[in-house]
Amino acid sequence: MTASIHPSATPAAITVRGLRKSFGPVEVLKGIDMEAREGEVVSILGSSGSGKSTMLRCINMLETPDAGEITVAGETIKLAPAGAGRSRIADRKQVERIRSELGMVFQSFNLWSHKTVLENVMEAPLHVQKRSRAECQEEAEALLAKVGIADKRNHYPAHLSGGQQQRAAIARALAMRPKVMLFDEPTSALDPELVGEVLRVMRALAEEGRTMLVVTHEMGFARDVSSRVIFLHQGAIEEEGRPQDMFTNAKSERFRKFISG
Amino acid sequence: MDLPFLYETFLSLVAALPLTLQLASSAIMLGAFLALGLALCRLSGILPLDWFARTYIFAFRGTPLLVQIFLIYYGLGQFREVRQTIFWTVLRDPYWCAVIALMLNTAAYSAEIIRGGLLSVPFGQVEAARACGMSRFMTFRRITLPLAIRQALPGYSNDMISMVKATSLASIITIMEVTGVAAKIISETYRAIEVFIVAGAIYLAINFILTRLVAFAEYRLSPHLRQPAALPAISTGVAR
Repeated sequence: MTASIHPSATPAAITVRGLRKSFGPVEVLKGIDMEAREGEVVSILGSSGSGKSTMLRCINMLETPDAGEITVAGETIKLAPAGAGRSRIADRKQVERIRSELGMVFQSFNLWSHKTVLENVMEAPLHVQKRSRAECQEEAEALLAKVGIADKRNHYPAHLSGGQQQRAAIARALAMRPKVMLFDEPTSALDPELVGEVLRVMRALAEEGRTMLVVTHEMGFARDVSSRVIFLHQGAIEEEGRPQDMFTNAKSERFRKFISG
Repeated sequence: MDLPFLYETFLSLVAALPLTLQLASSAIMLGAFLALGLALCRLSGILPLDWFARTYIFAFRGTPLLVQIFLIYYGLGQFREVRQTIFWTVLRDPYWCAVIALMLNTAAYSAEIIRGGLLSVPFGQVEAARACGMSRFMTFRRITLPLAIRQALPGYSNDMISMVKATSLASIITIMEVTGVAAKIISETYRAIEVFIVAGAIYLAINFILTRLVAFAEYRLSPHLRQPAALPAISTGVAR
């Protein structure tokens, strides 16, 4: 474990300003402002439909925001107006580069089914970052050992349990040496008995001092592991703060109801 | 049974086999590229391209291949404009007319098979590629296309078989491939049954080998769909 981190003293890893996004007539995000500093673990909570996944997906431009500003490690993503209150990506190369600096973990794992676990982990470092094969393989094997599935390296995703697939997906994201890890409900598609193994890996990453944004329904993880909690309600931030404050004495009535189930 | 005659016929027809194979393989290979282009047009979301591909597929699937061969071989030469272009050196040659007709025809069918394959690729896997910072082209080349091919291969093999058989139509425009030679032998001997049985057996043999090759390719490309026990590579992984 690294020395204790004082997030307020570290530079911003991700800054979101005035983020808006609609799907058709439905306004999913109504102007979000948030920040994640280096070394912070930010849990994003909210009931389904609150916009938390959309917000995360806007950060690496899997969804293009209608308006607002996303800054990753000091670099603001260039957006251009696309008419009708929408925006489009102005510089595709920039977005591709920034995406390669963000590790994304999906709810449904999304491992490439025609590649082995090892090939999945090596794919992006090898072909996007164009690092040497020997180096990629060495690092990939170390990452698979770290997430506890070194023995599955030559298996295909279909032959793994959900928990193993998600751990492989985490290794795949880490292989890019990302500045920030984005987790989009990483345990929501798992059988209850498999959730623990994934959360353990995530907890270990948090303890290393990795910057993480985690959209989750795991209250235990949000309370015990994150340095900050953001609660979204209907596309806006209802409340945010340190987990010890939020979980014991939240101002928002809705959040109190949300955590009491 | 006149075995010596069958044997003699067999030898003459086998001599024409390379031409049949050449016709089929050129048409299939060139057609595959055209089909991929058409499938991408269909999926491009760009209306003019989509409609071009739809019209093309409609026209070439909806008319007989024989009519298409006639139109290209006899039809195009009617236009003086065509005869004056450099394409005429190709279009005056019945071999190339046959290849072009077969290619254009197979592309219309396989475009839809490839489109189906591309549509079957799980969007999450494409998104994962994008999230890694892959460009559109790299995502297509490394993730979408390999997955689509695996999905399309069984249907596509149907099309390849059809193409092998369709080369027999080239005999109509003077090409002496297997059927062309068979027709010539019949006109000299009037022994249609024996000759066509031998010709049919030759097509059967080609397609037998072709289906085995496709099955092998399918097997090699889909270890992820089989039980891990069938994978020798796994045991080394577990032993580590």
